Amino acid sequence: MGDLLHVTDGNFDDEIMKSDIPAMVDFWAEWCGPCKMVGPVVEELAQEYQGKIKIAKMDVDKNRETPVKFGIRNIPTLILFKGGEVVKMIVGAQTKSYLDGELKKML
Amino acid sequence: MEDLIIIGAASAGLTAGLYAARSRLKTVLLEKLSPGGQIITTDIVENYPGFPEGISGFELIDRMRRQAERFGLEMRIEEARELRLSGEEKVVITNNGKLDAKAIILACGATPRKIGIEGEELLTGRGVSYCATCDGPFFRDQEVAIIGGGDTAVEEALFLTKFVSKVHLVHRRDELRATRLLRERALSSGKINIIWDTVPTRIKGNNGVEGIDLKNVKTGKGSFLPVEGVFVFIGYSPSNELVKGQLKLDEQGFIVTNDNMETSVTGVFAAGDIRSKLLRQVSTAVGDGATAAFAAERYIEGLESGKR
Repeated sequence: MGDLLHVTDGNFDDEIMKSDIPAMVDFWAEWCGPCKMVGPVVEELAQEYQGKIKIAKMDVDKNRETPVKFGIRNIPTLILFKGGEVVKMIVGAQTKSYLDGELKKML
Repeated sequence: MEDLIIIGAASAGLTAGLYAARSRLKTVLLEKLSPGGQIITTDIVENYPGFPEGISGFELIDRMRRQAERFGLEMRIEEARELRLSGEEKVVITNNGKLDAKAIILACGATPRKIGIEGEELLTGRGVSYCATCDGPFFRDQEVAIIGGGDTAVEEALFLTKFVSKVHLVHRRDELRATRLLRERALSSGKINIIWDTVPTRIKGNNGVEGIDLKNVKTGKGSFLPVEGVFVFIGYSPSNELVKGQLKLDEQGFIVTNDNMETSVTGVFAAGDIRSKLLRQVSTAVGDGATAAFAAERYIEGLESGKR
């Protein structure tokens, strides 16, 4: 499961905004306990939606520009994108079944 | 059928699971997300014995999980959606199917309580936060307010001083409830300004928090405090959605038990933050968990000897 895409300020536009399939980005940091609860769920979803929805993580400690651009002040925050537009922002740790439901809506 | 189902994998549930696994009870621990609980938002736990230098909340929970699993505890990431507790057979409906057991331990925990004022909901995620360790670093060199005056409020205020330029601690009384050591640290920190006898009445801002309206409870005088973040630590709400109407709860909705963690329904036990009790800490949660597992084991043995 180590093949999960990690995006950075440098490649965010190319990987996510210009993605030809929908995308979800998990904004997280090492210091954040609840982020570590969500991490394994995001990895599982990335496997399950492979090829259908691009699922990636961004470390907000190492990448400061993108979180500011989206006004992120709480983590974990998950943002769902379609065609370069924000479809939904999910703030806080949510269950897999909830996230699965949100991802299904994007297909 | 299982012997025991435990709901919630944090301090209380994992300890109950450890004891149940060592008692060779056929046990399933259900967790809707992943092991954690309130303690996971604590940077360094300083008051759990055995760790003289402190330990991170996440690391402590991870160790508890590994310890329980070492003795064979089965943990499933599944969300309990409905409980049927009244019969001798306890039934749990999850997002994945149906489970039944002879006994059940509820260790669902609690979540941070909301203030319930205008702007709070709207600005959650835009400057209103319930987790300083998660969100503190987004407020580097800014001024923030903390609402509350207990241990958690003061601990988190001290944590935030690492990042922010100033913490305004808004407290409705004229004295902090926090433990004396924490009070001393807060009062001697140059970055914490305590606003006594005051409650927030509104959080203002559109795309982000711009400040809060305050009211002095003694004089009735209103004021405005410009801040970019508001951190709320005013206690906890029990995660009791699954048991409302089925078990006796206290006025605030916490599950009432006796000293053996037995609830108002036989075969149903409660442990940890969800229980009505004086002190909600990891150190009290683990005691609850151990007692609940032991009491559940005795209850199950009683059922079996009754059938013989």
